[in-house]
Amino acid sequence: MAPVLEVRNISKDFFGNQVLKDINFTLEKGEILGLVGENGAGKSTLMKILFGMNEIAETGGYGGSFFLDGVEAHFASPFDALDAGIGMVHQEFSLLPDFTTTENVVLNREARKKTNVFSLIFGERLETLDRKEMQKTALEAINRLGVSLDENMLVSQMPVGHKQFTEISRELSRKGMKLLILDEPTAVLTESEAETLLKTLRKLADNGIAIIFITHRLHEIMEVSDKVLVMRDGLIISNLDKNKTSISEITKAMVGREVKEEKREERDRKLDGEDVMTVEHLWVNMPGETVKDFSITVKKGEILGIGGLAGQGKLGIPNGIMGLYGAGGKVTFCGKEVKLNDPDWCIRNGLAFVSEDRRGVGLLLDESLEWNITFTAMQAQNKYLKPLLGGAIKWRDQKTIEDVTNKYIKELQIKCTSSKQKAKALSGGNQQKICLAKAFALEPKLLFVSEPTRGIDVGAKALVLEALKKANRENGTTIVMVSSELEELRSIADRIAIITDGRVEGILPASASSTEFGALMINAKKALDKEAEK
Amino acid sequence: MKIALSGISLKERVKNFIDSFGWPRLIIAGFLLLLFLVAPLGGISILTSISDVLMRFGMNSIMVLAMVPMIHSGCGLNFGLPLGIIAGLLGGTLSMQFGFTGALSFFVAIIITIFFGTIFGWAYGTLLNKVKGGEMMIATYVGYAAVSFMCIMWLLLPYTNPQMVWGYKGTGLRTTISTEGHYLHVLSDFLKIKVGNLEIPTGSLIFFALFAFLMWAFLHTKTGTAMTAVGSNPTFARASGINVDRTRTLSVIMSTVLGGIGILTYQQAFGFIQLYMGPFYMALPAVSAILIGGASVNKASIPNVIIGTLLFQGIVTMTPSVMNSLIHTDMSEVIRIIASNGMILYALTRKSEVK
Repeated sequence: MAPVLEVRNISKDFFGNQVLKDINFTLEKGEILGLVGENGAGKSTLMKILFGMNEIAETGGYGGSFFLDGVEAHFASPFDALDAGIGMVHQEFSLLPDFTTTENVVLNREARKKTNVFSLIFGERLETLDRKEMQKTALEAINRLGVSLDENMLVSQMPVGHKQFTEISRELSRKGMKLLILDEPTAVLTESEAETLLKTLRKLADNGIAIIFITHRLHEIMEVSDKVLVMRDGLIISNLDKNKTSISEITKAMVGREVKEEKREERDRKLDGEDVMTVEHLWVNMPGETVKDFSITVKKGEILGIGGLAGQGKLGIPNGIMGLYGAGGKVTFCGKEVKLNDPDWCIRNGLAFVSEDRRGVGLLLDESLEWNITFTAMQAQNKYLKPLLGGAIKWRDQKTIEDVTNKYIKELQIKCTSSKQKAKALSGGNQQKICLAKAFALEPKLLFVSEPTRGIDVGAKALVLEALKKANRENGTTIVMVSSELEELRSIADRIAIITDGRVEGILPASASSTEFGALMINAKKALDKEAEK
Repeated sequence: MKIALSGISLKERVKNFIDSFGWPRLIIAGFLLLLFLVAPLGGISILTSISDVLMRFGMNSIMVLAMVPMIHSGCGLNFGLPLGIIAGLLGGTLSMQFGFTGALSFFVAIIITIFFGTIFGWAYGTLLNKVKGGEMMIATYVGYAAVSFMCIMWLLLPYTNPQMVWGYKGTGLRTTISTEGHYLHVLSDFLKIKVGNLEIPTGSLIFFALFAFLMWAFLHTKTGTAMTAVGSNPTFARASGINVDRTRTLSVIMSTVLGGIGILTYQQAFGFIQLYMGPFYMALPAVSAILIGGASVNKASIPNVIIGTLLFQGIVTMTPSVMNSLIHTDMSEVIRIIASNGMILYALTRKSEVK
């Protein structure tokens, strides 16, 4: 008998940027496949292909093919995928908050009573709903899931876990469901809720449904799946059998190659400079990136990396210290206490920040490159100004502005038609270089860089990292770099702090092994200990 | 705006020109040109027409200029211009009440206007800082409220100058007050050039040029640069250490004070101070003028002010005389309303296009 799902050589690129390559795997009836990988590894793109999402076709389709029960699938839209028996539960809920469980489960597939006067005239859309029948269908699905859900409760009044179950019930209530895809279903659940869900998954699988289960929590994978697929940089790195693998093997495969030898000697450079910044019990109220209790000491002249999974609070740290989001705690910089919630103080006292939100915070999209690069230094440090009338008027000095802009355009190889071009006309990589130039123009003592390579191409990435390194080595700028990409941090930083749940989970030298980082990063330490006990 | 390079075809050049100049401006300019061409057929002297346009330019241009600071700081179009105008009315009436005459009365009026304009502007700016994103709607209502409130105050304030109060009662200000004997034509008659039918109100033009220069210079200073950046991206400005609220308030104060000085300039040429509902009708023409001039909701320059005022006042001046002489119906008001409201509508749709 043919497998439920067979994927052959699937590949996908977004305008030349390869995100998936040579994806091959099969999934049998009743099997659970655990899919893991770091952010951006290509998991979501793969699922979108399987589910026939429009954005795949809009960006040029995909290469390779996949087969459902031995028949090649061609999905023009998610509706085709649903008809073919694929169900998908997304990371974000797609439920109607003011509808009941039943209404959500059977939405648009409601049972109908016989025709009434209006439906005779206006067609079937006006037929009366058969509430009893609807409830029956919904209850059937809920029972199949093996949980207790109130079928008449409004979604808006449910705890998060029940919402998740409602979503799954909806997928289950479809006829002919063969394959269920769950994208991080446990991310929003409490531990006990997650456990219930895992048990349910096992039960469903035993009933013959094939499941693809995406998660960041490795112990869940170990608990429930039959096979483990590890993805990195758009490739399947390893296809493991659950019974023959361990969490540490998966972690290592996820985080990636060991660091190359040649870089290592430089990495272990001695840093015996004094402390330039001490942070004690910092909290930052940044939505989605809350910092709870962060303490660290930054040494003069070092590059400190800050890593961690999305949503754990690493982005909140620079944003909080630089005064962009409400913050509290004690931060000392060069012997002075930092005035929190005051960007002006920070910039005047030698701090600078390259924001992760280029378009929102980092750039004046409608203004020239000249303005973008020089504005902050002009305002905070009175650079590029000509005093007129004995200093009463501070006149913009067009010539020095042009000179300094052209200097940075040349230094950072910014591709533009002239220094007068508007920032919005530049590509992402070049916009990022503008943001760097803006920070360099401040000649900061300490530079915060947040996600400096997010969304830019490989060439620009290397240049940006090189520029940061150069600023550190040649000008002695201390750099605190926040990034989701661990490899990038390891290639440039001296030590790396991993943030989990708004706190420092641990600080490691960049030369520490991938496994150690991975363990810190996914909070899998406990699980590792458990395994050791066994 | 694209720079036309040599080597590109004529078609592209025309397209670039239209793109940068904008269709509505081209149509309005074309219409105005047509009016000037047709005018002699109706027996209207072109020189007189030009004189009229110049006079109205001198009268209205500073009120149009008053739009610039608030547009730059991202507060949008100043539909609350009546508030500034009220500051100007207070300046003018108080100066007359105190008995100043001639050029001195105009000077004193400006001083008082700056005083009230600063206070009103500060309060208005503080209010606008609380309603970020909905400035233009709130501004409109600030205008309405201020006008209505002052309708009461003009009656109650203890003015006594017999030239200003109602004759039969001795209290309460009249709806229109002549500026004769005070600052009538102090600017328009200054260095006035008169050649046959052509009159050039040199003083008014110089006065406008002075403020336009000051505005241009301000936008080239550190604070002016900060103001533009605040309008362009407030988050960026804040991350650069700018106090966004203070900068916005400053821009509102500037707009309000300029609106007050604008109405004084208007009165000295027009000859009358119009109280009560008078300020109510001044905001829309100023807003549409700067939009016709090519400004958008968040970008404006001095050339926008000059071109816009010339085009708008040109239409307003020319349409009635030409239309009347040709078809003997008064279409001027209709055309004016279509042009001004149409421009505002166009500019507001353009705003959403950019976003």
